[in-house]
Amino acid sequence: MNDKEQNISTGAYIGIWAALIVLTGITVWVAGLHLGNLSTITALAIATVKTTLVLLFFMHLRYEKPLFIIMLFAPIVTLATIIGLTFVDVWFR
Amino acid sequence: MAELAKTSEAVHRDYTGAKIGMWLFLFTEILLFGGLFLVYAVYRTKHQADFHTAAAELSVAIGAANTMILLTSSLTMALAIAAIRRSAKTASIVFQSLTILFAVIFLVNKYFEWGAKIGHGLYPNSPELLAQSHGTILFYGLYYVMTGLHALHVLIGIGLLLTMLILTVRDRITNTDFVKLENSGLYWHLVDIVWIYLFPLLYLIT
Amino acid sequence: METNFYTYSGKHRGILAWILSTDHKRIGLLYLSSMFTFFLAGATLGILMRLELIAPGPTIMTAQTYNAVFTLHGVIMIFLFIIPGIPAALGNFMLPLQIGARDVAFPRLNLLSWWFFITGGLIALTSLFTGGGPPDTGWTFYVPYSIRTGTNVSLALFGVFLLGLSSTLTGLNFVTTIHRMRAPGMTWFRLPLFQWSLYATGWVQLLATPILGITLLLVIIERFFGVGFFDPAKGGDPLLFEHLFWIYSHPAVYIMILPAMGAVSEIIPAFARRTIFGYKAIAYSSLAIALVGYLVWGHHMFTSGMSDASRVVFSLLTFLVAIPSGVKVFNWVASLYRGSIQTDAPMLFTLGFIFLFSIGGLTGLINGALSVNIHIHGTHFIVAHFHYTMFGGTAFAFFAALHYWFPKMFGRMYREGLARVAWFIIFIGFNTLYFPMFVLGWQGMPRRYYDYLPQFQTGNIISTIGSWILVSGLLLMLFNLVRSISKGEKVGDNPWGATTLEWKTSSPPPHNNFAEIPTVTTGPYVFK
Ligand SMILES: [Cu+2]
Repeated sequence: MNDKEQNISTGAYIGIWAALIVLTGITVWVAGLHLGNLSTITALAIATVKTTLVLLFFMHLRYEKPLFIIMLFAPIVTLATIIGLTFVDVWFR
Repeated sequence: MAELAKTSEAVHRDYTGAKIGMWLFLFTEILLFGGLFLVYAVYRTKHQADFHTAAAELSVAIGAANTMILLTSSLTMALAIAAIRRSAKTASIVFQSLTILFAVIFLVNKYFEWGAKIGHGLYPNSPELLAQSHGTILFYGLYYVMTGLHALHVLIGIGLLLTMLILTVRDRITNTDFVKLENSGLYWHLVDIVWIYLFPLLYLIT
Repeated sequence: METNFYTYSGKHRGILAWILSTDHKRIGLLYLSSMFTFFLAGATLGILMRLELIAPGPTIMTAQTYNAVFTLHGVIMIFLFIIPGIPAALGNFMLPLQIGARDVAFPRLNLLSWWFFITGGLIALTSLFTGGGPPDTGWTFYVPYSIRTGTNVSLALFGVFLLGLSSTLTGLNFVTTIHRMRAPGMTWFRLPLFQWSLYATGWVQLLATPILGITLLLVIIERFFGVGFFDPAKGGDPLLFEHLFWIYSHPAVYIMILPAMGAVSEIIPAFARRTIFGYKAIAYSSLAIALVGYLVWGHHMFTSGMSDASRVVFSLLTFLVAIPSGVKVFNWVASLYRGSIQTDAPMLFTLGFIFLFSIGGLTGLINGALSVNIHIHGTHFIVAHFHYTMFGGTAFAFFAALHYWFPKMFGRMYREGLARVAWFIIFIGFNTLYFPMFVLGWQGMPRRYYDYLPQFQTGNIISTIGSWILVSGLLLMLFNLVRSISKGEKVGDNPWGATTLEWKTSSPPPHNNFAEIPTVTTGPYVFK
């Protein structure tokens, strides 16, 4: 158990939630701008920011041992590698 | 602490160990959905234009509403854990019930959304869909499989959270022993994260 | 009188005391016995296949039966024997003992894994006798055939899905256990090398198996709902299935071989009476194999119509993965140098492993070379190659480890003379069976055909005779082991004079593994 976690106040949680809602609004708004290829990239970037917020605060990663964050890179790097290597085929076929 | 020597009990009190186990499980979930994201990426690359027109049929409003509902359920989940830490049992029960309620609302929305699509003859292998372009067939295939697998996870989440609710009511989850609730929360947040990606990838292709 | 884990009385009685036990030692033995049952079934199918191939034309079965037989042989041997093989059976038994723990981190999850395993196995076997008949797709379940065949593919896929789940949960359990349950003083670099290999394997199980899970689910969904992901008529891309399938199935060969390498790294110091050469190199190479093993799956698809760019990239990466394996072989051989080597059965099997695995590994490089692969792809050369790595490699190491830990698991010793004779017959039979396949494949005999041109008959006859020799050796070995469980000579706690922690407790170990949790002050292989 980690006492630091106790320090997240209800207000802080609500703040994170508000940020997530605002970011959702921004994604929808950006999608309406018809930015072409850029819109996918911004959508994914915003989704990643939202995910980071959920991971760090709702899922307490910010307050856990560093081991947890290090481990988290394993599936992320694996997934990125898998997708990347598959696309070496898809793009050049 | 005398019974600690029997260690199978001691094992279960290793909170860090329990959480490592849960995170490892979440990693497998990430890769399970990751496989689907790979399928999505490949077919979207091949059928850019078809994906755009097909996605225009989905309602951004329902998708956005469901996103907000899940985000809010994540908030109440986090608050439920914070409450049990402060020994605020009643507050925790209320927040857990709210989380379950939001989850149910999410599924109800999903039900109507799927229902409307199926009503229009847009479902896998339907004659209407097969008459369309390859990209459209694949997009709707992905739509049903991805949101379907996600909905299944929401359903499992509801079962899990109901169990936690009962355990909290019966004082089996307390401010000194709440790792089960915390791990259920981790699962629930992951379900939320998956949706955070599904929403723009399925609803917001313009 | 000290009770061991066999005489310990828990909550349940009779058979329930086993199939409901959360004791990692009992679960390990559950795996061991169920796996060997499946192994015998798989071996029988193998024998029948070889018998069919003794002469061209139909011999003892129809073409359709042959398709079902090689499919089931592959599914059983891969998913029911060699993947759970060392980690689930011996790993379960030895992991807590070697790190000085009383059990794994999640004992109940461990039991659940076995239940998934046995249910998945039984479902896979049920698919033989129900529905549209036994699956005939090959263990690779390639689309679009697997979505069109009327045979009972969906049920078999579901069985394999459960087996994958079981394997994932075992990996989860092991990784957590190694992180959290090491005895005081057991630092990472004091871990026995078997543990390093289980740790690396656990990560591969965690990160690769879900891809198999989703792929199989997609094929099942495809068969029931016709979604179209893998159906070219609806825009689906069958090559994408091959990617997904091999994204799991290449790392899966490391789930099979890594623990074997770990077991060998335990046996060599014990029988050479000296510390292992290059402990860290072996430990890190386990992680390196797990890592690089992810990047090479495309070498199974060189003739499938992938882009040229990816064929070159995958061929290059395949050559890289040979490096950490080479590091290991070098270290094992260097460890033997100037050791006082004892050639008991575990060591004989280990030497067999090093020799046969080296052949398997080097022929792997031949397959991995793009230009050569075009020539030998889909021939018996491939069959020979992977039987040299999987059987000559993993199974030999598994037999070595089984003999090595036998006295620890049962408190009794097998008959050494009989074990050596069995080893000799198995070694001769193995090479007689599989070596001709290299030649046949090089000459162009395709795999998975129940018929062949008359010019290939000599090689096929030799190979079939080899299968008879091999099986008699296997039966002799199993007879020796099974009879010794009850009739073997009783031996002390540490008959080999080995140094790792599992030998510090009694044989068979007590329910709680250790009367008192040991404190570790040195590395694992310090011989006085
Ligand atoms: Cu491979």
